[in-house]
Amino acid sequence: MSLEQFKDRNVKQNYTFIPVDERPTEPLDKFKQVMKRTFKGELFVGLWVVFREMVRFNIHTVKYPMEKLPISPRYRAVHKLYRLLESGNERCIGCGLCEKICIANCIRMDTRYDENQRKEVTEYTINLGRCIFCGYCAEVCPELAIVHGQRYENASEQRAHFVLRDDILTPLDFLKEGKQQEFDGFGAVSPNADERIKKTPTAY
Amino acid sequence: MTLTGFVIATVIKILVVLGVISALAGFGTYIERKVLAFMQRRLGPMHVGPYGVLQVAADGIKLFTKEDIVPQNSVKPIFKIAPIIGAATAFIALAAVPLLPEFEIFGVTVHPIIADINVGVLFVLGVMASGLFAPLLAGMASSNKWGLLGAARTAIQLLSYEVVTGLSILAPLMMVGSLSLIDINNYQAGGFTDWIVWSQPVAFILFLIAGFAETNRTPFDLLEHEAEIVAGYATEYSGMRWGMFFIGEYANMITLGFLASLIFLGGFNDWGFIPGALAIILKVSFIFFFFLWTRAAWPHVRPDQLMWLCWKVLMPIAVINVVVTGIVLMM
Repeated sequence: MSLEQFKDRNVKQNYTFIPVDERPTEPLDKFKQVMKRTFKGELFVGLWVVFREMVRFNIHTVKYPMEKLPISPRYRAVHKLYRLLESGNERCIGCGLCEKICIANCIRMDTRYDENQRKEVTEYTINLGRCIFCGYCAEVCPELAIVHGQRYENASEQRAHFVLRDDILTPLDFLKEGKQQEFDGFGAVSPNADERIKKTPTAY
Repeated sequence: MTLTGFVIATVIKILVVLGVISALAGFGTYIERKVLAFMQRRLGPMHVGPYGVLQVAADGIKLFTKEDIVPQNSVKPIFKIAPIIGAATAFIALAAVPLLPEFEIFGVTVHPIIADINVGVLFVLGVMASGLFAPLLAGMASSNKWGLLGAARTAIQLLSYEVVTGLSILAPLMMVGSLSLIDINNYQAGGFTDWIVWSQPVAFILFLIAGFAETNRTPFDLLEHEAEIVAGYATEYSGMRWGMFFIGEYANMITLGFLASLIFLGGFNDWGFIPGALAIILKVSFIFFFFLWTRAAWPHVRPDQLMWLCWKVLMPIAVINVVVTGIVLMM
């Protein structure tokens, strides 16, 4: 299944109305109905359909752990915190917008000023027991620091284990290998963002 | 043949039939899962062995090592005996079935039939019918309401199909004039056009329908109707006790395949260039496949529908068929 098919949500429902005849009351009508149903051959149509499918061998099984269906790029799974590509610093500037906008009130951050009087995030927690995966935090983030990741297979004793800051933050060696890909999913800038930006008065 | 030789030969035949048919019954579960899966566009068992072939062995190990649970309020002796009835009757029924044509091995002529009795058909059908005591007793003894419902439906099913089986098989027996399966087979020795199915198509269809009911296969799978009652008579069974019911069911399917091939489809006579042994194996395989095929294609029926079908439709047709056959034979 290609990604385009998967993203196509306009699936038409091919419902067909099956007309149901009136129940016969007269013995003759009942007999006629029995005869009609007996010689209609619907059972053989059923046999033919399943045999055709067997011969075609058009298997739709997904061997799940080895083979996975692509998930939509706009899927909102467990969060990720990104780093700057050049310096490797955290993108998060501690502005607190995500904490403010979070309607489930599940994001909590502690910040302080470091020795250069720059804001530094000391604690960043997401309570997955409350998070409703609305995606507002990713949408509001001005630095594209918090995004929704693609990780949907989670198993642990506690939900909190998925959103420890050390886990959702891109590891440094991972970043050095260039594996942090710019996120095109939920909360990302649109592909034509440059064209849509208008010049501010100070640029004239 | 001396008495000692006869006893030894019979014991060997019994062991071979027991071993081969129970192995085939186990393998039948694998084939069934595969065929059903392909018909439903799935893959079926794939992980144990190449293409999941060793799934049979894995299932066997699981069944043998699973905890044997006997419910507290059940009637324990009957609960324990019921699966044995199921498996035993299925294999006893095979005793009077000629499985292959005669062949020679090491200079000894082998008759591949354990007991060549002259009432073969009656014996096979009778023993297969008494096999229905297994689900009946199992369901009534297991102190479980679903089990009890399954047992009640067993009674309904037995009442429904048994008459049709007997009447449908009566017409070909009238033509042959013998109850021995070997005689019936020899009656069709003339080749493809001699098959009884061409002169008795109605009886063949009726016999197949009744056979589906007899072996609890899906259109008439009332005993263990997963959609309506939780596993029916087998609800309380686990491990090998449950497994024996199913070995019995698959052995019954094989027996029924042999019966249908012998009585209607020319038996083990040579079929064109195909030798007789291969011919009957092909026929039985096709009927076994047909069992699986219908399971994928056809819906269940309700108990009242089965009774209606058997008593109001099939039995009159069978009686008419017998009468017409009699008139034709007299002319």
